[in-house]
Amino acid sequence: MSLLDVIGPVMVGPSSSHTAGACRLALLARHTLGTAPVEARFTLHGSFAKTARGHGTDLALVAGALGYAPDDSRIARAFDEAAHLGLDFGFDRADLGDVHPNSVRIDLSAVPGGAVPGGGVPGGTGALRTVRLLGSSLGGGLVKVFAVDDFRLEFSGASPTLLVRHRDTPGVLARVTRVIADDDVNVGTLYCARRRKGGEAMMSVECDRAISQAAADYLLHLSAIGWLRQIPAVMSAASDGAHIASATAEASR
Amino acid sequence: MTLADLAAATVPASEAVLIDQGLAPDELEALLSGMRGRLAEMRDAIARGLVSDAKSRTGMVGWNAKTLWEAADDLQTPLLKRVQAYAMAVNEENARMGRIVAAPTAGSAGTVPGALIGVADHLGLADDALVRPLVLAAGIGEVISQTMFIAGSTGGCQAEIGSSAAMAAAAVTELLGGDAEASVHAAAMALMNTIGLVCDPVGGYVEVPCVSRNAFFAVHAVSSAQLALAGLRSVIPPDEVVQAMASVGRMLPPELRETGEGGIADTPTGRRIALELAR
Repeated sequence: MSLLDVIGPVMVGPSSSHTAGACRLALLARHTLGTAPVEARFTLHGSFAKTARGHGTDLALVAGALGYAPDDSRIARAFDEAAHLGLDFGFDRADLGDVHPNSVRIDLSAVPGGAVPGGGVPGGTGALRTVRLLGSSLGGGLVKVFAVDDFRLEFSGASPTLLVRHRDTPGVLARVTRVIADDDVNVGTLYCARRRKGGEAMMSVECDRAISQAAADYLLHLSAIGWLRQIPAVMSAASDGAHIASATAEASR
Repeated sequence: MTLADLAAATVPASEAVLIDQGLAPDELEALLSGMRGRLAEMRDAIARGLVSDAKSRTGMVGWNAKTLWEAADDLQTPLLKRVQAYAMAVNEENARMGRIVAAPTAGSAGTVPGALIGVADHLGLADDALVRPLVLAAGIGEVISQTMFIAGSTGGCQAEIGSSAAMAAAAVTELLGGDAEASVHAAAMALMNTIGLVCDPVGGYVEVPCVSRNAFFAVHAVSSAQLALAGLRSVIPPDEVVQAMASVGRMLPPELRETGEGGIADTPTGRRIALELAR
């Protein structure tokens, strides 16, 4: 935990776990999708399901899907912004199982009627058609993503994260980490999951800094790798500010 | 780093925190610049909160800071009034979905700025003098978080407001020239006298008792700094106090950990308000 996470984040109230954390999880989902969603469905678990409205969890989740950072004062009017920007959203409650009380399942879709997981993966670094992300808000604005498109992974959004869709073949991990190492980037955490032996697989690699464009291009040349995405850190105010700028630019195009 | 290590430092405690971080020069500058930004945000929230009487989302709070700030100072204790008003200003901004700095959480966001900026303004100290104390506050929070996750749902209010009060007490002590030992013991005494406090927000909203609680515990932090600056020390070593807080947190039933199902939330009026708000 960095000192600026203890005195921080700068955020819109009222709750670091139920507002700022919720916003961050949805922001991570949007970054994974890679474009502005037109549909968002949020399935709230536990304390999130019980107290969502009072803590503005609902507003914060929609705001994150819109690309707003936790300190964006537009969070308080996120529903109006969503209507204006053409984001259709809805909320459900469900028991997501043995997970942290503040957990949510986020389904984003870049196309209407596409909020069903497993809609196919584009090549390269293209935007996904849909994404399903499960995450928990741990308190103090810290979050943990624990599944992407039903692959069990783990990342926190505290540092740049490389998401890779690949085929489960011998040596993929070694090749990916070799490229990251040659880029002089340190790996913090690495999670890998597969649907079945030799089948579709996904990995999340938390890095101390984002890998270079050249390294990302090189990874995409590997035959076992179909898609990758660099998710920026969404913990520090500085990076959050960048998100606001890029989200605003995207919305105005 | 333990609190014992920190207390034994021969440099100011904030300096020891920075040394422990092991930062490169550019990282250090980024951290200090980040803290200056946090201070500016805290000031901004105080300024907004002191002049606003806009109600929170539920209507339970929103005018307390302004009302106190504009009231006559019958006790003739301007420091007390300032610290209380600043703290509530931040938490009322929080309750109306305004921008605040979580310190360490949003629900306890008023304590550190209330105590630290309140004391600084009372004494006419410039914001530059507050950056290092704020670093120390963060360092204290970080050490506590290594023992117990700082959230009302984990350890009750003692984990949130106890931590913020401990952080604020250390910061105020250093601001007023206290050495590392005094600063760490100010934190320990503040935390020791917060142990057992439950998290029982009415309706589950971060409003009642959270807004007034920040006023009380900002003052609590200043009291602790005063004791430590006079040379008083915690008999129980600071690290053991943190352990005790964590231990009590684990004993607290779920009803008293941010569920809105016990304590003040579970009074006839608290339940009635919760029902009305749920509609």
